[in-house]
Amino acid sequence: MATRTMAKALNDGLRAAMERDPKVLVMGEDVGRLGGVFRITDGLQKDFGEQRVLDTPLSESGIIGAAVGLAVRGFRPVCEIQFDGFVFPGYDQIVSQLAKLRYRTQGRVPMPVVVRIPFGGGIGAVEHHSESPESLFAHVAGLKVVACSNAADAHAMIQQAILSDDPVIFFEPKRRYWEKGEVGDDLAAAPPLHSSRVVRPGSSITVATYGPMVTTCLDAATAAVDDGHDIEVIDLRTLSPLDLGPVADSVRRTGRLVVVSEAPGESSVSAEVAARVQQECFFSLEAPVLRVTGFDTPYPPSRLEDDFLPDLDRVLDAVDRSMAW
Amino acid sequence: MEEPQAWVPSDPRSRPSHDQVVAGLKGIDEGGPELVQLLTPEGERTTDHRFDAYSADVGAEELKALYRDMVLVRRADREGNALQRQGELGIWVPLLGQEAAQVGSGRALRSQDMAFPSYREHGVAWCRGIDPTELLGIFRGTDHGAWDSAATGFHPYTIVIGNQCLNATGYAMGQRFESKVGDPDTGEATICYFGDGATSQGDVHEGFVWAAAYDAPLVFFCQNNQWAISVPLSRQTRVPLYQRARGYGFPGVRVDGNDVLACLAVTRWALEECRTGNGPVLIEAFTYRMDSHTTSDDATRYRLADEVELWKLKDPIERVRVHLVRSLGVSQDFFDGVEAESEALAVRLREYCRAMPSPGPERMFSEVYAEPSPQVEAQREEYLAYHASFDGEA
Ligand SMILES: Cc1ncc(C[n+]2csc(CCOP(=O)(O)OP(=O)(O)O)c2C)c(N)n1
Repeated sequence: MATRTMAKALNDGLRAAMERDPKVLVMGEDVGRLGGVFRITDGLQKDFGEQRVLDTPLSESGIIGAAVGLAVRGFRPVCEIQFDGFVFPGYDQIVSQLAKLRYRTQGRVPMPVVVRIPFGGGIGAVEHHSESPESLFAHVAGLKVVACSNAADAHAMIQQAILSDDPVIFFEPKRRYWEKGEVGDDLAAAPPLHSSRVVRPGSSITVATYGPMVTTCLDAATAAVDDGHDIEVIDLRTLSPLDLGPVADSVRRTGRLVVVSEAPGESSVSAEVAARVQQECFFSLEAPVLRVTGFDTPYPPSRLEDDFLPDLDRVLDAVDRSMAW
Repeated sequence: MEEPQAWVPSDPRSRPSHDQVVAGLKGIDEGGPELVQLLTPEGERTTDHRFDAYSADVGAEELKALYRDMVLVRRADREGNALQRQGELGIWVPLLGQEAAQVGSGRALRSQDMAFPSYREHGVAWCRGIDPTELLGIFRGTDHGAWDSAATGFHPYTIVIGNQCLNATGYAMGQRFESKVGDPDTGEATICYFGDGATSQGDVHEGFVWAAAYDAPLVFFCQNNQWAISVPLSRQTRVPLYQRARGYGFPGVRVDGNDVLACLAVTRWALEECRTGNGPVLIEAFTYRMDSHTTSDDATRYRLADEVELWKLKDPIERVRVHLVRSLGVSQDFFDGVEAESEALAVRLREYCRAMPSPGPERMFSEVYAEPSPQVEAQREEYLAYHASFDGEA
């Protein structure tokens, strides 16, 4: 197995999908000559040409709307939204068309479109470059919403998302793009796209999280060993539809759950996990489900993001509170 | 005002090829025959019967003032770039090359007017009386833009492309609803800045439609700097941008965006149209982005050095300097004075930037809602207590 950054793993995954199927298109702002502002599509236009890797006009509604039409025509577009905060001009197309066409046509029109969105904070950027809008998509029926957290998953999940006949909103934790990991090339050996996974087994408490916070929670788990806490970390990977199975199994063993995400907590994916766990595991719980999230404020100026974003200490603090119950 | 000739292909077979369109669009050399120019790249003052009246009062003193504006704005911009390289700013959005478009249009504004900028409008900010130090917070990450927009007539920067066009439209509709339109002197107008890339956004088209539908006193000021990050103009449009206005029912003008005098005159004319109730108007300032898109961008990946070299010959500051020296006999003392002033500004900017304090965490929870939210208040209390629990730790 080779060691690659998440950025390279995504690039390789896109390349493999394009080689596999000539109907796969990559489209977005600056994805061609520039290779995308994060270079995720680097070199693809050179190798696959301008009709498969489209430098689009500057319009998100156009990118998503045209992708819907291309999908109707049998293509499998992979759209890049440059930054999380810029998806909203295309949100109408996502909610009104992309999410609903299969249902509206009783399955006659599948929507194999992937919308890639670099998300989350921690890179010191200006406004609109650090948002966590995943819950806004998870709430929309008809969409599949996933978030990768490491290079191996990124590589496999992007290919699985492209193979899926459903629209997939694909969140990439931008601050983890340069973290390296072992990446295998056997897609058949990868876990299914829509599955949560235990990424660190443990016995005293469950921490469920996704995207950029997985690394943070794994670090917290390592640190917690000194305090005698054995944290089990679960990477949700798929935010909608949620694969609660591994979380519920874990909570039945540990009796405790902390849900961690960067997004504000109100009406969110983390709220959904908490609600479902208390519903399904009520008699196993030794403590209320706690959440560690971004605050219910707009994303602050970047000099404050260390305060806004959950860090190892805030995760450990919640673990302590849960254990002390 | 003469209507510019629209390009109407008579026979589909006579349509220009895609390459011809691109070549014509770029007209990279001159910007095409419709380009309004009052000061040539060689520094010679020319005339344009449509706009002469709007630059007739601009004599040596006024030109010197415009020159000074541009030099100071450029110096502040270069210092912003340097501060980013030194790690003092997270990012900088350079305006290099666009000084004339911004200063010319900015100086055409009156105090009663309102400007809706994008994120590169440091030169317009300057004309609205905003000290360059006030721009730093956005790029250092201490605030989202701290100036008083009502007092300065300068709305906060907008980063989401094209979004501000509809907001500007609404503001201008308000000016009309309050009967502030009609008088060429006291009438109010709004100006909205955006780039060539932005013209592909739905919001901009909707802004055009709305502004036309409500006769909004709004000048759409497009700085066509030829590139939207790595994407050339030809990917956004097949017709010169100023011609789009016609399809929405209002006039469009293409001005040499590197000619401060022409930008001033054309914008004064457009604002007067708006003040007197003949808005909206579209101005396409034909210019060039001399630096990368931002300090995070690498323009060498997508554009040719030749192109940049060509545009250097059309530098907006240099042509004014040449004119001041050759035609108006302005002495070296003046230029030395402006130079010294610009150095002092750079030093002040640098020192200010280094001394800027980071906001405390309480800032995160302030002004989320007009009526305090119990939830946010509780999160503030809880977080500040948690934060304080680390006090005294190494
Ligand atoms: C809605 C939206 N999509 C994408 C971006 C990312 N982005 C920032 S600037 C830019 C190019 C803008 O080009 P243009 O409108 O020509 O203005 P310029 O920067 O050249 O002045 C892009 C794609 C954004 N800020 N907002």
